[in-house]
Amino acid sequence: MAVTTIANHEVHVDDEGFMTSYDEWDEEVGAALASQIGIDMTEEHWRVVKFLREDFKDQGETATIRRVSTVGGIPTKELFVLFPKKPAKKMAYVAGLPKPKGCV
Amino acid sequence: MTTTETAPAVVPDFGDDAEERKICFICSKGNLDMAYPALIMANGALTEGAEVDIFFTFWGMDMINKGTWDKLQFSMLGNTAMHMPGSSKHIPQGLGGLPGMTGYATKMLKKQIADLDVPEVPEFLQMLHDMGARLWACKMSVDMMGLTKDDMYEGVEDIINVNEFIELSSGAQVIFV
Repeated sequence: MAVTTIANHEVHVDDEGFMTSYDEWDEEVGAALASQIGIDMTEEHWRVVKFLREDFKDQGETATIRRVSTVGGIPTKELFVLFPKKPAKKMAYVAGLPKPKGCV
Repeated sequence: MTTTETAPAVVPDFGDDAEERKICFICSKGNLDMAYPALIMANGALTEGAEVDIFFTFWGMDMINKGTWDKLQFSMLGNTAMHMPGSSKHIPQGLGGLPGMTGYATKMLKKQIADLDVPEVPEFLQMLHDMGARLWACKMSVDMMGLTKDDMYEGVEDIINVNEFIELSSGAQVIFV
C-alpha cells in the first residue's frame, strides 16, 4: 500500500491506484480522481458517487451496478453513459472505494 | 506543499484504449440452473466493457419466449451434486422423481438466487439489453417450435440462421452453455 498525493491530499492507495481509506476521500479528491480517468464530474456523476459512499458506509462493501440501479434508483443505461465501458470499477475508483466484489 | 515521501499517483488502467473485446454466448438450455451461467457471465463481460451477443437456440428459446421465460424450472433428477441444505450429504436421486419435487426444488433455487439480489430471467435479460447486449433467436429453433418474433421478448434483435451467427461472432470468444 502506498501513499500518494491527490489534489493536495495525502491518501493511501492500493497497487492499482484505488483508495483504501474511506475517510481520506472528499469531493475535491473525487473530482481529481475523475479527471485522472478523463471524467468531468456533473451533478449526475455526483449523485452516483454519493450513493456509493453512503451505501458503503451502511453495507461495508461497494454497490454493484445492479444495486446502484435498484436501490440507488439510477438506471443502468445512465451508468454506462456517465462512466463509459467499465462503470462498476470507474465509479468505485472516483468514490474512493474498492472495486465491487459482487458478481451481479 | 507536497511531501517528498509520497509516491506518484498510480492511475488504474481501465483499458479504454485497449482493443474492444467481443464475447458471444450460446444459450441452449431451458432449465433454470442452466439459464443463469450465460446471463451472469454476460453481465460481467458488459461491465468490463466487452461487446456482447447472446444467441438462443433449442431449449434456450424458453429464456426469451414470453410464454415460458418466467416459468423455467429446476429438476433434481440427473443432478448428482444435490445435497441436503447446509450439508455434504447427497439427496437420493429417486426423490427427484416424486410428484411436486421439481416445483419445490425450483422454489428453493429461486429463493437462493433472489437472496443474492440476482434478478429473475426476464428482468435479467432486460438489464443485459439495457447494458447493450444484443440478443438473437435461432431460426431453426423458431421454425421447429412454431414461434414468431411476437412470442419473444421485445429486446430480441432478430431471428437469424446459423450462418449469420457464425458471421457475427467472427473474431469473438464464443461460450456455449
